[in-house]
Amino acid sequence: MMFAQRDKDQAKLDLISAESKADIDNWVAKYPADKKESAVMAALRIVQDQNAGFLTNELIDAIAEYLDMPAIAVYEVATFYSMYERDPVGKHKLCICTNISCMLCGSDEVVSHLEKKLGIKLGETTADGKFTLKEVECLGACVNAPMLQLGREYHEKLTPEKLDKLIDSLD
Amino acid sequence: MHGVSDEMSDLLNIEINGVALQVKPGTMVIEAADDAGITIPRFCYHKKLSVAANCRMCLVEVEKAPKPLPACATPVTDGMKVLTKSPLALEAQKSVMEFLLINHPLDCPICDQGGECELQDVAMGYGQDMSRYHEKKRVVKDKFLGSLISTDMTRCIHCTRCVRFGQEVAGIMEMGAPGRGEHTEISTYMERAIGSEMSGNVIDLCPVGALTSKPYRYHGRPWENTTHDSIAPHDCVGSNVHVETRRNQVMRVLPKENEAINELWLSDRDRFSYMGLTSGDRLLQPMVKQDGEWKTTDWQNALNYAVEGLQRVKTASGAETIGALASPSSTTEELYLLQKVIRGMGSNNIDHRLQQLDFANQDTMPAYPCMNQSIADLDNINAALLVGSFTRKDQPIIAHRLRKANKSGAKVSVINSVDYDFNLDLSQSVITRPDDIASQLAGVVKALAEVTGKSIPDVLASSISSVTVTDEHKAIAADLNDAENATVLMGIHAMSNPNFSAISSLANAAAELSGATLGYLSAGANSAGAWLAGAVPHRAPGQQATDGKNAMQMITDDMKAFVLLNMEPEYDCANPNEALSAMSSADFVVCMTPFATSTMRKYADVMLPVAPFTETSGTYVNVEGQWQSFTGSVPPMGDVRPGWKVLRVIGNFLKLDGFDYLASEDVRDELDGLTRELETNSRSEITAVNLDSSKPELTRIGHVSLYAVDSLVRRSEPLQQTDDALAAMIAVNNVTAKKLGLDSGQMAVVMQSNTRVKLPIYIEDAIPDDCAFIPAGVTGSVELGLSYGPVEVAGG
Repeated sequence: MMFAQRDKDQAKLDLISAESKADIDNWVAKYPADKKESAVMAALRIVQDQNAGFLTNELIDAIAEYLDMPAIAVYEVATFYSMYERDPVGKHKLCICTNISCMLCGSDEVVSHLEKKLGIKLGETTADGKFTLKEVECLGACVNAPMLQLGREYHEKLTPEKLDKLIDSLD
Repeated sequence: MHGVSDEMSDLLNIEINGVALQVKPGTMVIEAADDAGITIPRFCYHKKLSVAANCRMCLVEVEKAPKPLPACATPVTDGMKVLTKSPLALEAQKSVMEFLLINHPLDCPICDQGGECELQDVAMGYGQDMSRYHEKKRVVKDKFLGSLISTDMTRCIHCTRCVRFGQEVAGIMEMGAPGRGEHTEISTYMERAIGSEMSGNVIDLCPVGALTSKPYRYHGRPWENTTHDSIAPHDCVGSNVHVETRRNQVMRVLPKENEAINELWLSDRDRFSYMGLTSGDRLLQPMVKQDGEWKTTDWQNALNYAVEGLQRVKTASGAETIGALASPSSTTEELYLLQKVIRGMGSNNIDHRLQQLDFANQDTMPAYPCMNQSIADLDNINAALLVGSFTRKDQPIIAHRLRKANKSGAKVSVINSVDYDFNLDLSQSVITRPDDIASQLAGVVKALAEVTGKSIPDVLASSISSVTVTDEHKAIAADLNDAENATVLMGIHAMSNPNFSAISSLANAAAELSGATLGYLSAGANSAGAWLAGAVPHRAPGQQATDGKNAMQMITDDMKAFVLLNMEPEYDCANPNEALSAMSSADFVVCMTPFATSTMRKYADVMLPVAPFTETSGTYVNVEGQWQSFTGSVPPMGDVRPGWKVLRVIGNFLKLDGFDYLASEDVRDELDGLTRELETNSRSEITAVNLDSSKPELTRIGHVSLYAVDSLVRRSEPLQQTDDALAAMIAVNNVTAKKLGLDSGQMAVVMQSNTRVKLPIYIEDAIPDDCAFIPAGVTGSVELGLSYGPVEVAGG
């Protein structure tokens, strides 16, 4: 449009909670003042955590507004990395690596075991909203393949027993 | 002086395909090869965009490098030996080609890019005739990008030229590449339409048929088209264009590369306005009104009728009651002959300054409004002050140049009546009501006097003594003063400001004090040509002073006859209401026009179909003072005739001397002879100013949107469907809205010139207090009066 928008769109900014804003500001402070957009990945993670683990277009817009970025640039980042979700996910998101090392060490069995145990396919969420199974690319833990990521924890050298124990320990 | 020998020793010696070359350090291999005429295939590399190196098509063999390197991202080094056609290079290129073709559909027969497709061309040289790929191809949903660009995203090869164009040239990142790897899709955010005024350039940049012209879709093949050189007819830049025609029809308009003017870009207005050429409004036969009935007739009859009518008025009321109004986008030849006819009849009432309100300084204006510097010079300025200008939309190519300078550090400031969305990093932005612009500029002049220690010119000193200098004024003054190359540019909105003469005088003073170059960015394609051709009441060609009525006087002074050239008074004049009533009350009105409207049928007596720019030869003088002549691209439609020919015959019918031209070049050469000796310096004199004029309670900002500037662009449907084509509306800021009791989304009653119209209300903080932004030149506001003047508004 032809009119400059000097003031930030408060309605958009209000979608980000005060705690999230404070957290994003910590990240913004780590970069030069004119390179606020460097904090975009952190901002996406923080806002995703704030919103039960997934991002909406409105939230992506809000981050763009908060960091003075074109919305499409934030959207590019949010769609590039597999740790950002744009649809609701279960309370526990099991990210299973199926790249070459894990595959050679049995990630197929990990997947089929979990699919059977939870009754869902890769990319799906259980009806009770507790578990989501997600296929991801290499997470850099090849030395202990096969592996999966749950929250911020890596679970490595997976076996059916270990998986059962893990799932049963989650509420 | 230090240059030559130093530079020679700085050059690096390289070899490409055994050819010894000397190139500057920092050059990429592909640039060196291009300069030497050695072709390396490429898709993502473009000389005007940053290097992405993502298509890998330009892989070449470099001696001592273990694997092929991308020529676009490999800087030359001394002694480097490059092989672009070695077995290794060719194998790499062919392999990349094979990968690119894996997902590319084989739909060339139905693809608009066919015949001018870089992928098709390169595939001919590097592709195989059989594909080894038997799996499913990728399919990508098409994206909606607005009314100008069509998409077939399955064809996209992810070169990202369009994305980089948005970020780097258009200055607004609208397109991106969401997703990763196989799932990457070029798109806008949530499929928003592209809002850039330069967006059409992505059509040219796209190496495949993913982004193509929507209006031209399925209309033809490039090899069927004939290319004609022409000049874009909408802004003072004079962009060079190729008009492509087939079977005497304009098929499309493309940029013609001219590094000094438009480089290889073109604004959307210049690219898509041709769609108006085939509007249903086109007048194809001369028509006369007899006893209130319009009759189609032949030229002989129509011209006789026109000439007799004008002579009748002359005999009855005197030649000084005849006036002529011309569009500033008419050709120089048309304008010159029109004034010659009018002056030949004994009147000096001719003007092209249709949007101007203040003519007080016209006698001290330079020979013609120009920039006093070349368009390319703008790349290298260090500071600029734009007064009354929305350069980004008014002259997109100028804005692009300023943006380049801005990106390399130039400080650009504006003094405007609307806080426009510039794609620049503005240093200072002074937003004030239109009748206060001059005072703000006076503040800058005073600040400049302080910072430079020079004194304010005597004629100004007392009249601006009461002006307060703000920090913003000081900052602008410092920017201008510190800069090696500074410029002060007055835009279209300054020239249509009610205090234009004060603004111009103060801008002069600011330029003089700071040593900046003063320039005008004038309206239409040919304001410069109009001034030179004498299409102003106060100066005949060659600068002899004459005394006639200006555009504003003509519509208020009870004229008896009008000749209108390429214009529609209700859309083009600064006071459409007065203009229309002047037309209705005149005894005789001759319209020389490519388009006829129902309004025109009411007030006109003769309508003569004259050619738009594609159907006539002519000359536009751009803002640099460059005369750019062009020939017709297609023969005139129907019985249409070039305007200069019509005026030549009118001259003959009036038995005026000196109307024996055989070609438009004769007209041009005659004018050239009259004006060659003119002083071209565009700095006008510094004159006294009066800043104490009374200010109305509420003042209108009658912005003319970029797609409302002339009769052709107003008829280009695809442009009218964009967001930039403003509809009639009223925008006020929160404070004014509260004061007037206006609510967003409601209707307001707007009163001006004893007429009322109802317009939708928008609340925009970009508008200053006590101002109402009501676009001019659009249906819905044409009943109103002065574009910049008092207005009354009440809640609906």
